[in-house]
Order: sequence, then C-alpha cells, then structure tokens
Amino acid sequence: MLRPNPLSRAIALLEGPQTQGRGTPFWASFAVVVAIACAYPLFADGYDVGNNVYFFNWTFMALGLSLIWGYGGTLSFGQTAFFGVAGYSYGVISINLGDAYGLTLFALFASVAAAALFAALLGYFLFFGRISGVFLGIVTLSVTLVLERFMAQTAGPEWRVGLARLNGYNGMGSMPSLTVPWFGGDIVLFPDVQLYYFTLALLVVSYLGLRILVNSRFGNVLVAIRENPQRAEMLGYDIRVYQLVTFVIGSAFAGLSGVLYTSWGNYITPASMNMTAAALPIVWVAVGGRSDLTTTLIGTLVVLAGFQALTIHGSQYALVVMGVLLVLTVLIAPRGLIFGLGTFLAKCFHHKTTAGRE
Amino acid sequence: MAILETRELNKWFGGLHVTSGVNFSLKQGEIHCLIGPNGAGKSTLFRLILGEHLPTSGQIVYEGVDITKAKSFERIRKGISVKFQVPGIFKALSVRQNLQIALQHHRRPEDLDEEIDRLLEFLKLTEARAQLAGNLSHGQKQWLEIGMAVGLKPRLLLLDEPTAGMTPDETAATGEMVQALNRDGVTVLAVEHDMAFVRQIAHKVTVLHFGKIFAQGTIDEIVADERVAAIYLGDAHA
Repeated sequence: MLRPNPLSRAIALLEGPQTQGRGTPFWASFAVVVAIACAYPLFADGYDVGNNVYFFNWTFMALGLSLIWGYGGTLSFGQTAFFGVAGYSYGVISINLGDAYGLTLFALFASVAAAALFAALLGYFLFFGRISGVFLGIVTLSVTLVLERFMAQTAGPEWRVGLARLNGYNGMGSMPSLTVPWFGGDIVLFPDVQLYYFTLALLVVSYLGLRILVNSRFGNVLVAIRENPQRAEMLGYDIRVYQLVTFVIGSAFAGLSGVLYTSWGNYITPASMNMTAAALPIVWVAVGGRSDLTTTLIGTLVVLAGFQALTIHGSQYALVVMGVLLVLTVLIAPRGLIFGLGTFLAKCFHHKTTAGRE
Repeated sequence: MAILETRELNKWFGGLHVTSGVNFSLKQGEIHCLIGPNGAGKSTLFRLILGEHLPTSGQIVYEGVDITKAKSFERIRKGISVKFQVPGIFKALSVRQNLQIALQHHRRPEDLDEEIDRLLEFLKLTEARAQLAGNLSHGQKQWLEIGMAVGLKPRLLLLDEPTAGMTPDETAATGEMVQALNRDGVTVLAVEHDMAFVRQIAHKVTVLHFGKIFAQGTIDEIVADERVAAIYLGDAHA
C-alpha cells in the first residue's frame, strides 16, 4: 500500500462527514479564492479594503456560532455578550498598557481569554445545570442585555479602570490599534492594508482549524449530541463537558471578533450588545447554513454586504429585510439558503457527470 | 454470581409508588426478560438501573460496586449498555458514522475501520453503510442501535422492547443476534411484550406488577402460573 504524502494527510484532516467540500476541485477553488483575497488590496481603494476588514471582523463570531449552534445544537444568543466583554477588555488593557513592545497583541490574547473565561463560568452553570433548548437561548440573551444595560450606565467619571474611562452609552474610545513589533519599527495595523492581511490570515487559520476540529473525534461526538443527546450520553460520553468546551471555543471566537472590531474602529459601545446586535449573528448563520463552516462563512459575508448596501440606501428598512430573510430561510431552506444552493449545484453536477458516463 | 442487584429499590413520582421495594438479582451470563402489564414499572426500573432516574430509596449494585448515585455515562463506562424502545440513533448521520461514534472511544484508531466493517456484517447493514440512519427501515434502525450498544463491548446489555414494530422474520433474526451476543459472554436484561421472542431467548423471566416483583421463573413456569395470566386479564391485584 502506498503511504500518503504529507499534503494528502493534511487534507484528510480537513475533510470529513461534518464539512461540505472535498477533493482537488474544492481545495483548488479555495486556493483561488484566497489568492484573489490576497490580491484584492492591489486593485481596490483604501476605503473598500477597510470595509472588507469590517466584514471579516464579524465572521469569527459567525464561525463560533456555527460551532455552538450548527454543530453542537445549542442556540446561544450570547455571542454579542462575549464580543462586548472582549472588546471592552481590549480597550481597558491596551489603554493602560499602551501599544509599545507588542503589548496590544498581549491585550488581544488576554481579552479573548477573558471572554473564554466568562463563557466557561456561564457555560458551567448552564450545561452542568442541564439547561438546554429555548431556556439556554433565553438565559444567554438575558446576559447580553444585562451587560448592555450595565455598560450603558457607566457614564460617570467614577467608572474607570486605571486610565480607561468606560463612558457609558457613548462608548469607550481612543484605544490603540493592534501593533506588531518588527525590526526597524513597529507595524501599526491601522492602515487598512496591513490590518486586512492580518485579519485575512486569522480568518483562514480559524476556518481551517475549525474544519479540523469538527472532523475530529471531538466533532463526531458534537454532532451526535446535536442529533440525540440521550443516546450520546448512553454511549458513555459526558455530554456536559463536550457542550461546555464547544461553548467556550465558540464564545472565544466571538471575543476575537470583539477585539478586532474594537481595534479596527478604536471604539466600542454598549449598543454592540443590544437586542439587534444579538439577533444579527443568528440571521447570518441561519441564512448561510449553520451546520457547515463554509456555508456559514459565505452566508455571513453575503448577508453583511447586503445589509450594508441596504442600510446605505434604505436605512432602518435593512433590519426588516433581515427579518424577512430569516423567515424565508426557515420556510424555504431550513438548513440555510447557501447550504441549499450548494446542495442543489452539487446534485446538478453529479447528475451531469453521471449522465455523461452513460 | 450476580452481575446486578437492586436492594429494596423504591421510586415515588409524587404520590405514585412506581417501584416498590424491588429486590432483583441478575445472574452473570443469563438472558433475563422483564414482563408485565402496561404500567407495571418495567421502564422505570430500567431508567433507575441506567441512572436516568435516581431512586427515592434503596441501592443498585453492579459487579459488587454501589452505582446508585453514579451518572448515566459513568454506568456506561463501567460496562452497562442500552438499546431504547424508540430507536435512539443519530438520524442525520450515516450508518457508518453512527457506529464510529459508538466505537471510537473504545478502540484504537487503527482497529476502528475493521471493527466497524465486522459489526456492519453482523447487523446485516453492510449494504446500507453509507445511507443516512434516518432512511433505514424500522427493523434496521433497531439493529443499528443494538450494534451501537454492542459496540461498547458491554458486560451487561439492557434491551427495552428490542423487537417493537418488527416483522416476525426481523424478530427471529434479532433473537439470534441476542443469543450470539450472550454466547460471547454478555449478560442480557430485556423488557419485552412479544412472548414468542421471550420464549426464544429467555433463560429466566421476572413478572412485574404494580411496581413489585410478582413472579419469577422459567418461561414455562411463568406461562403455567394462573396468577400471571390473571394479572394480564386484569383480575388480580398484588
């Protein structure tokens, strides 16, 4: 038997029953898309590049929700809470430590860790208390809204952590951008191109890392819990631990979104944790196809771009359109519009190739 | 030697005494069937053994160890396995993946594929391995779940109405599967209504009635017992 080469072994880790897309055609397309994304800043203006960074920022939160909800079967409304915790943590840490010596990168890791820790604490009570289904959604939504209310009342001068003022409803600003220490001078990830490549690289690594996770033995158990938690437990798995670990990882991704967003715009407000903000990730992920990372990613980018275009032209109507989109998804393609489209195209392609052989 | 014992086991649901002082002993290596009219407390006794319900009082001892307060997954890890009445499978996953999830925790990665193939053949599901489990026939779903339960290499297998909804041929084939497992050393405790199936597999039968053990013996002794016939017709009270 031939020993598989390292590349095919690596690709084997990325493929499996839990993800759409496999084989040379898929990975060739993936390489082309990444190459186009890398070349994009060469022929786009600074505003558009920065705008794409804004879109990329949200995809981590969506991928995290896909893991928790699409793969694990737990509908969490709390992504924005962890987004906010990490965003505010980044502000507090980076304002106090400054941006020299790569300390903003430390702030990034510490803030994501803070979101993960908060998720671990909340998740422990939820999963070990056997709270599931709609009740878990209600509790996570409540936590988000409580955090929003809390941060909104921190306007007074007494609400400060060291040098960092929380500033109530107006939000916290003036935190430094992410800065990478480099020979001959730090690279400030504020000019859009550098931040674009940094975020794109993080996105590619996160996407591939999550693909490996969901196709691993851990991922197998995760989808088993989604399908039938009682059976999964009766196969000897402590499902509470699997659910908790998934919740923490998914929430940490929301935290990463929070840090990137805060660093990108140099501000964060309590409104980033309000009812609308909490509902939007659900729409992105549901419309794309929550049970697959690729459809979640594509769906999120498409819906975000559409939402922004609508906001520019139609103001508040954009939110109504989002609601309609969610209802249509539930009625027409419950597994997601992009997922449905992908399945349809795959069927047509399969049909053509089979017909060609006959 | 008893592999499983319940001592003075009681379970109350509000004012309802569902399991009433049950002292039950299951010998290692036997196939034991639990029968009784609807509401006799068979399923509750199963759930108590599995840890899905905790008893109000009493003790459950498995292989000499008190497991009364152990979590369900801990009991499974100790060597107990279960097949539910309604097929408890992962419908949106393939047949092969269902078995992989059951086996992956207990096998070395290099042995996994071979073991799954062997199990697929034993379950007569080789042809259907790539199908979604939700698309199988009812009987095949039941077999798949038996396969998942057996894949854990249990020493005690609990079967809750394993032949419910099966054709006579499927029922007979299931009986052969259970007997084959028993020959390999697995102790079996089954709740069953189908008396032909009980006759096919049972070494010993326990009749439950109003949450209490009403009679025990071989299938012939149970069938000959007029009191048992009477409770099925609704004439007797324990």
